[in-house]
Amino acid sequence: MLRKQRVSFSNNAGLKKIQNRNSGTRNKDTVIACWKQQPTHSADMAGGKGRGIAAFSFNIESLGLSRGNMPQTREGPNKLYPDVEFKPVPLKEGEDEDYMLALKQEIRGTMRLLPHNIKPLAGKGDVERYKERYQRQNMLDEEWTPDWQLFPKELMPQKKKLNVKPVGAKKKPIKVSSKEKADVLSKLDELEKKDVKSDEEKEEKKTTEEGEEEEIEGEELEEEELEEENDYIASYFEDGDDFGAGSDENMDEGATY
Amino acid sequence: MTEEPMRGNRRSFRHLPQNSTNSDVGPPAYQRGWSANIPSCNAQLFGKINLPVSAEIRCVVALAITCVWDSEVVLRGFSRNSFHDLKGCFAKHMTAQEVRLCGLLLQEHFGEVVERIGTHLLRGGAQNLRTIANETNTPLDLVKKSLCVLVQHGACEFGSGRRGPGSPVEYRASCERVLRVLRYPRYIYTAKTLYGDTGELIVEEVLQRGHMTMSNTVKTVADRLTHNMEEGRSMEYSEVVSAFSKLVETHFLQRCPPVAEMGTAATSTTPATPSTPAAPASTSPPTAESNPDCYKLPHVTLIGRGKRRRSSDDSEEQRGGKKAKMDSESCGDEGIYWLVNFERFHQHFRDQAIISAVASKLDQTSSEIVRTMLRMSEVTTTQTAAYTQPLSANEIFRSLPPNYSISRPILDQYLSLLVDDPMEFVGKSGDSGGGMYVVNLQRALANLARATLESVVQERFGSRSARIFRLLLRKRHLEQKQVEDFAMIPAKEAKDMLYTLLSENLVQLQEIPKTPDHAPSRTFYLYTVNQLPTARLLLQHCYKTVANLIERRLFETKENKRLLEKSQRIEAILASLQASGAEPEQLTEVEEMITAPERQQLEALRHHINKLDSTENQVDETVFLLESYIFSTKTK
Repeated sequence: MLRKQRVSFSNNAGLKKIQNRNSGTRNKDTVIACWKQQPTHSADMAGGKGRGIAAFSFNIESLGLSRGNMPQTREGPNKLYPDVEFKPVPLKEGEDEDYMLALKQEIRGTMRLLPHNIKPLAGKGDVERYKERYQRQNMLDEEWTPDWQLFPKELMPQKKKLNVKPVGAKKKPIKVSSKEKADVLSKLDELEKKDVKSDEEKEEKKTTEEGEEEEIEGEELEEEELEEENDYIASYFEDGDDFGAGSDENMDEGATY
Repeated sequence: MTEEPMRGNRRSFRHLPQNSTNSDVGPPAYQRGWSANIPSCNAQLFGKINLPVSAEIRCVVALAITCVWDSEVVLRGFSRNSFHDLKGCFAKHMTAQEVRLCGLLLQEHFGEVVERIGTHLLRGGAQNLRTIANETNTPLDLVKKSLCVLVQHGACEFGSGRRGPGSPVEYRASCERVLRVLRYPRYIYTAKTLYGDTGELIVEEVLQRGHMTMSNTVKTVADRLTHNMEEGRSMEYSEVVSAFSKLVETHFLQRCPPVAEMGTAATSTTPATPSTPAAPASTSPPTAESNPDCYKLPHVTLIGRGKRRRSSDDSEEQRGGKKAKMDSESCGDEGIYWLVNFERFHQHFRDQAIISAVASKLDQTSSEIVRTMLRMSEVTTTQTAAYTQPLSANEIFRSLPPNYSISRPILDQYLSLLVDDPMEFVGKSGDSGGGMYVVNLQRALANLARATLESVVQERFGSRSARIFRLLLRKRHLEQKQVEDFAMIPAKEAKDMLYTLLSENLVQLQEIPKTPDHAPSRTFYLYTVNQLPTARLLLQHCYKTVANLIERRLFETKENKRLLEKSQRIEAILASLQASGAEPEQLTEVEEMITAPERQQLEALRHHINKLDSTENQVDETVFLLESYIFSTKTK
């Protein structure tokens, strides 16, 4: 037992000396005087001076620490949801707050319906959904044109009217981005049909991009156009049926089998 | 502080904090380039970051306040470092939290496309149209529309490019203007308290549309008011016009600033001629205040009544609405657009805060005196004034409201009490006229902000930590031992609390070296609190809090989307059934389509969303107070 104690004493000799110097002497003078006796201390890191004993390069007392009660070391990053010691203060209640709450929710709802709220391009389905018509009716003032005096000119959408096209009479001019129509129109009719058809498709894409600037009827016209572009024909023919012989009565009833 | 003679060189006595980690929220050298909106002041005295108490989301929201829950934290893992996010060299004064909050607000109010463009602009500074379109991979048309929307609402400004008038137009988004969206309910409610329902609707319309002409506003508001009235009654335009003019007279509404011409000839045909010269492209866009006609009403005669909107005439009404728009163009005030003057509202909020602070600290009569003083100096005080113009006691006595009849000597006593109060709301600037008194606006704001900080520390860390915090605020620099002695808290606990505050950046450690080599053994370590950086830190916390609240609300809505849609459909069915006169059995049958547990779930959901919304509103009050304090220090 004695031997062990002696061994432990000799190992901790240096540490105990330092501890004796630091602890109990709160007086700055003695602390400074002590440290002054070892002028090379500041150059030594803790490992060198203490020969393996933990020693700090600064005066721990000045921070209020002591060897006995060091703060806990961190063992990793903070918890993502740390524990909360104190319960938070309850919200203010009152008619002011209730009214402002109602206002806030109302504003949020209204601003969703305004034309300022720009929707990303939802791919247009093949068929216009039934609810879209009613949702659109809810939108307040679907069109909105800013006063271009206050805006830079480059933000104006390019407006050019469509030239007359042989396929599909469009009742109202739809504002689309301009394509090179002049070249197209100068070609032969068949070429013109082909080009205009492909232009139409591109224009329809553009018009879908324009979105809110279209009239509702214009979109419906587009739907018809799209349907016309399909390969499906209004009446069904199977091989073996008489072409065109299907009488009108049959066609009215439905597809012929 | 120790009185010992310093060893070593006097020159090494550095006053700058070494270990401050508030560097990310420090003041930028250049603050205002494009934004014309300057935050003004209004606040409550003891701004608490309030939290809902409902069991399910208490923890969640409390954690939002402790500012650990953040998408960036998940990546980084340390809460403190998420504030060291200054993006890029352009957006010097927009922190990551502000940008995130702006993005959420834009998304909620203007849609995802505008949000994408807006956040891109906020992060990247001034850019031109092509760059925006390319970098956000958005079609050009959508970009144009979004920019139109942003400019319409004043969130974005455009000017000639960096390379002079010939280069393409550059757009710059303004973070604080987008943050104002959070405060819309407060503006509208204030207008309601001041000018009734008419004023409320006017402000609401102008806020929702960005800027509007007077005639357009009047018509829309009259229609809305008529809609809410009983059958057969409608709203006269003249009443709305009178409310509008009152708002303009008291500067709550102002004209849009004239557009800075960008090298092109001035083609505006507006009656309000721009006062800035058109020839040189001004580097900063003119503010609304630079126009001398800023608050002049146009000479427009609007005669008519509001139209009642019937559901059967909806489609006609829409076309009628378009016709009304065309009519407004012939009304004579084309081109004169009106904005909400946020600074004026902020001034009003600030005055309200000071008055309520005085009322809670002293008594009702003194708050009335301060209210009178503020009312008298409304027009003479500029935005950034440190104190109001001096008012003599005689003037104050004459202007007191008639129901507060106090005698002259009592008024003098109250005034001297106010002057002696440590909160320093009122100061004495002279003795002529029975004593010249001023309201110390800046000092009042600083004290209100300080009270907010103290209350935050108290609510998060307990009253003893708050005691330490207040001690450090008053005594500036203290050593560990002195903190323990002055606060009368045992050493161990004081140490613990100090380290907790230190780890939250509310308290800083300052080194004062004794020797030129800054040896740690020969250095003093002092704890200190700097009010301004701490206020900035708390403001960022608030932004993060609001952003977290919005995200949580979106999450809750998304989780229960199916249920919400179902309930909306059933409500629509019920409404249509009732309108067409159905029997009660049918109604109950429809109502039973929602089962009881679903009803409970819906009720809980509504309760949560209401709490979250209400919390956002109340955190915004703290945001306002801190913002106005920080702004008031900038203009020194």
